Amino acid sequence: MNSRVGYIAFNTFREAVRDRVLYNLIAFALLLSGAAILVGEISIDIERLVVVNLGLTAVSLFGVVIAIFIGIGLVSKEIDKRTLYTVLSRPVRRWEFVVGKFFGLTGTLVVNTFLMAIGVLLALLYVAHKFEKMDVWVLVALYFIVLQFLIVCALALFFSSFSTPLMSAVFTFALFVIGSLAEDLRGFARITAGVGGWIATAIAYLVPNFSALNVISQVAHGDAIPGRLILYNSAYALLYAAMAISGAVLIFQRRNLK
Amino acid sequence: MKATRRVNMVATAVLLLSMAGGVALLHAIDRMRRGPVAQQALYLQSATALRRMSLGYTGLLADIYWTRAVQYFGEQHHAGSGDFRLLAPLLEVTTELDPKLVPAYQFGANFLAPKPPSGAGLPGAALSLMKYGIEHNPDQWRLYYNLGFLYYTEFKDYAKAADAFAKGAKLPGTNEFMPILAARMAQHAGEFDTARMLWFTTYQSTKDAQIRENAVEHLLALQADEDVTRLEQVVEKYRQQNGRLPASMGDLDRAGFIHGTPADPKGRPYKLMPDGRIEVEDPKSILFITKGLPPGMEPPQPSHQPQADTKSGSK
Repeated sequence: MNSRVGYIAFNTFREAVRDRVLYNLIAFALLLSGAAILVGEISIDIERLVVVNLGLTAVSLFGVVIAIFIGIGLVSKEIDKRTLYTVLSRPVRRWEFVVGKFFGLTGTLVVNTFLMAIGVLLALLYVAHKFEKMDVWVLVALYFIVLQFLIVCALALFFSSFSTPLMSAVFTFALFVIGSLAEDLRGFARITAGVGGWIATAIAYLVPNFSALNVISQVAHGDAIPGRLILYNSAYALLYAAMAISGAVLIFQRRNLK
Repeated sequence: MKATRRVNMVATAVLLLSMAGGVALLHAIDRMRRGPVAQQALYLQSATALRRMSLGYTGLLADIYWTRAVQYFGEQHHAGSGDFRLLAPLLEVTTELDPKLVPAYQFGANFLAPKPPSGAGLPGAALSLMKYGIEHNPDQWRLYYNLGFLYYTEFKDYAKAADAFAKGAKLPGTNEFMPILAARMAQHAGEFDTARMLWFTTYQSTKDAQIRENAVEHLLALQADEDVTRLEQVVEKYRQQNGRLPASMGDLDRAGFIHGTPADPKGRPYKLMPDGRIEVEDPKSILFITKGLPPGMEPPQPSHQPQADTKSGSK
């Protein structure tokens, strides 16, 4: 990686840690340990399921919220504080700034997810007393969640490259909701004829497909995730993130910062 | 500094008092609104709508609905209510959100099938639930076991019970008793042994402590029922041989029909009544027994403790 991109990424990560982003881990730990202990008391036979379902859902939602709320401020905060001018007055190109910010935020989320994953695995160990073969699929689901973050971070950065923080948050969250229903949307497009069908198909393929990245229910039951899906999802997330980051770079290159 | 400390102390006191007051008020409000709140609990009955609203996090939502179903059943059971109208929809939503949630079929059918107050008295709904479960989890032998159990206990349909046990017996990881249960159902023989085998399989197939405890209670009750039946047959034989009823267990012992004083599964000696019936000494100590009870007494049921009731299922 270009060293300037690396510096910006590292500083973005450091800033996020300084902003106490990782404090969400405390809420996560309380949520998971509370659930692991309580569910056995108030429900029947679903202790492991709840740890996997609740743990992975929390990892995903906490991460998405962090990605959106930090991602939308990455550019605007630098402009408001006028630190962007200091950065760009040095031999740093605009695209390096955008890409560095993206890697910094993604890195923050990867570290956050790694720590949460340890929490999920410890909770699993607590309720099941041992690890089983099928727990390996939980790691695959966590990997898919990280892929989900790549896309959300890229989208947040894309919108923040031309819009206000509030509107960027609205756009990113809306795309997250629509993307979570992407399979329904494609189903709707398939049964719609004429111009409406074309428009629906175009939208269905343009919005990010988060539904294929959500395999929480399957892994909770120990269902295997096909290797081909892991490959396709990885490639899809990388391509979609690259697309959004390219868009952000293109807009930011032309943006008048005066 | 002093003023700051005073403000801190007052603020802390106000915070704690208002928190305690809030909790007390909520408690009072809950007591006032318990009935209506429970009835209004199912805001959305469409699993499709819920699935869309969950943004794909259906597993967690299904877990929440299953826990809600368990709590609802426990609350109604605890209140001694025969009104379980939300139970079937709660289970439907749960299983539609996550068709692989096997405990919801296993225990849900146990909540639905028996007559109130033990269950909702909806064996038809229980049967539909089990069939839906098998359709989506055809490799789960436990669901065939539960289906056979349902046919045996609620519908007395031995042919269908035998068929369900036989199908379950062919699945991977099945219990060793499944083929035997299938054969027994086909012969419709040995009621006590069959029931004992069913409860023993229930005991073996769950890790839940309270379900196991419930199975043990049923096994003890079966033992007592079988003992009473056998002892009453012995009394009848004695009467035929001697032309009179035995005056005590000692008479039966001296005549060589029994050895010593027989005791129930809790270790208390059985009582021989003047009319030749056998009674257990403390009927309330053995739950679910149907024989050896004083005339007119209903089979004792577990005391109404919400969790124990809920988790014990209802069999």
